[in-house]
Amino acid sequence: MVTVTKPLSSTDSPYQSRGLLSTLRRSPLTLLTHLSVIVIVVMWTLPTAGLLISSLRDKEQLAVSGWWTSLSPSTQRLMVRSVPPDAQLEEGGRYVLRGKVSDDQALQVLAFGWSSREPAAYAVGDVAQMRKGQTLSISSNGEYELSSPEPFSGARGKRLFYTAKIPPRFGLDNYREVLTTGGIGQSFINSLTVTIPATVIPILIAAFAAYALSWMAMPGRGLLIALIVGLLVVPLQMSLIPLLRMYNQIGSTFGVDAKSYLGIWLAHTGFGLPLAIYLLRNYIANLPKEIIESARVDGANDFEIFTRIILPLSFPALASFAIFQFLWVWNDLLVATVFLGTGEQQMVLTARLREMLGSYGGNWEVLTASAFVSMAVPLLVFFSLQRYLVRGLLSGSVK
Amino acid sequence: MTHLLSSLVIMLLGVAACGFYFVFSNWLLLRIFPVRRVSLQQQAVNIQRAALIRPWLFLAPALGFLGLYLVYPVVESVRLSLFDRGGDAFVGVANYRWLFASEEFQESLLNNLLWLLVVPACSTFLGLVIAAMTDKVRWGNIAKSLVFMPMAISFIGASIIWKFIYEYRGEGSEQIGLLNAVVEYLGGTAQPWITLHFWNNLFLMVILVWIQTGFAMVILSAALRGIPEETVEAAVLDGANGVQIFFKIMIPQIWSTIAVVWTTITITVLKVFDIVLAMTNGQWKTQVLANMMYDWMFRGGGDFGRGAAIAVIIMVAVIPVMIWNIRQANAQMEGR
Repeated sequence: MVTVTKPLSSTDSPYQSRGLLSTLRRSPLTLLTHLSVIVIVVMWTLPTAGLLISSLRDKEQLAVSGWWTSLSPSTQRLMVRSVPPDAQLEEGGRYVLRGKVSDDQALQVLAFGWSSREPAAYAVGDVAQMRKGQTLSISSNGEYELSSPEPFSGARGKRLFYTAKIPPRFGLDNYREVLTTGGIGQSFINSLTVTIPATVIPILIAAFAAYALSWMAMPGRGLLIALIVGLLVVPLQMSLIPLLRMYNQIGSTFGVDAKSYLGIWLAHTGFGLPLAIYLLRNYIANLPKEIIESARVDGANDFEIFTRIILPLSFPALASFAIFQFLWVWNDLLVATVFLGTGEQQMVLTARLREMLGSYGGNWEVLTASAFVSMAVPLLVFFSLQRYLVRGLLSGSVK
Repeated sequence: MTHLLSSLVIMLLGVAACGFYFVFSNWLLLRIFPVRRVSLQQQAVNIQRAALIRPWLFLAPALGFLGLYLVYPVVESVRLSLFDRGGDAFVGVANYRWLFASEEFQESLLNNLLWLLVVPACSTFLGLVIAAMTDKVRWGNIAKSLVFMPMAISFIGASIIWKFIYEYRGEGSEQIGLLNAVVEYLGGTAQPWITLHFWNNLFLMVILVWIQTGFAMVILSAALRGIPEETVEAAVLDGANGVQIFFKIMIPQIWSTIAVVWTTITITVLKVFDIVLAMTNGQWKTQVLANMMYDWMFRGGGDFGRGAAIAVIIMVAVIPVMIWNIRQANAQMEGR
């Protein structure tokens, strides 16, 4: 089979056959190269890694400490109210309130205080003298004891301030939260709903066109190819307003919703076609002439040649385009916001993320987990089918 | 869930409809111009006629979509840009006059220009350097894969990733954004980077550079591997060092690929919209044309005239690249 492009393999690297260590020993420049590549890779993956790690952290810890500290215990200043005065006991002439500042077994209290001005005035083990002869003590495991010569009054408990060392906590809580309550689950399904037909339908249409443009004699072929190359770079912005008007008109004339899945499927099909035709034509035009000519001699017509020979042989190019289109449609925000409604049943992941950025501005536990849910599918596709993506890129850029 | 099912059904229906169209049109063609049970002479004529029509049958659905979704809108956008907000009354060049007088537009134009200068240059340069370096190490393919990865992430997802990095917490509290943490570690003061004019543009550009470098790297890496080894060997024999070989032997041989990468990223930059929308929505003087166009399309019920005028400006900026691409494609076809 003819490959359009040179595959990306490292077999022709001059260092391939040598051992890594001997290479390193040979030249300090090589060592420098290794180091630079490591630095680059770290710089490029760190942002995503930070997001992933953060999305797995406990949401209180996420809000107060950087994700790079997530493996070390965090020190937090917290406030809690003691049990209400109803629970007081009388012991040896004093009134006592007992309880625990937190249910967390692993929590370790370092310091405490009873006023917001000095929240860490006392070390664990000290007995804090409060007003009116009241005392407070908190032990390192979080148990506190408030005592007073007079009965405690009021409806609410007293405010206790403490500084605690909290061990790192990881879990899938954030994901559970966004998938069940945030609407992300529904949007995930909506995104799939948009993406699947919008990826598959253009392929067939483009494949036929690409074959006609490569192997069928016709007047104006060169002109059509030039037109398609030109359309490759037409900005989407040019299409939005006329199509929006058209959709609205169709919607009001026939009494249907102007923002529908059908509309967005067709729009993505139209927008994806230039690249599809271009990619597939590059590939199909480079298939060996002999195969097609011998089939013609055997009496096959173009239709048979296309379905029996061209389609099966073009699988790599079809896969390349499918991946492109999948990533593009899944990650698209513009087309989705213009042609698809923002209702619960229609909002896609990207639109949902955008909405969350507005409404949950600082809730990073929601944002990080949601963003990662939206990235999971394209990343999976990317890493499993990268080969085809690279091949598509190489034949897809106008050379 | 029912939507997903209906989407699967639609996908099958769509594929079936395409298949049906092609089979049926082919069958019809053979009915009109039969090749069997006719005289030999008639057969030859019919084959010729069918061959004349068949390419257009193959092309018809694609041309229909391209015409409706790309060609017609381009013409219509130009027409609408000369009409008022609802597209009813002809207003001549009033929209353009308004546009060029508008401060927001001048700001967008300036920012777009900055994006056009910085992003393609940085992405291409970094892509080239990374391609050259990863080719020299054994685990280069893994490194490439990781640098390439942001290509799979949506602009919105990338915006969230980087917004988290630029996150600013008021003075005195612990910074959870990586950038501010590093700044404080180095003894600086944390800043709300996204709101600081001029520099905030650069912080948004970093996101696109982060995404596009992988693309540049993949294409340039392939071009570097395509360089004939003899040229490099000759330079080595002549005593050239690594840097000289890279800049004087390798770069000149891949100029055309560099140009391709550069122009492709330029087009992406012109259309950039999601990043600005998600990070600032044009506040703090970060507006760009594409986001401004989107904004006017819906602002106050939507001003289609002004929106279309902005789209036309973007289109005009794209045209040089379009012409260049068409010329390249033509030259390539003739060369074969």
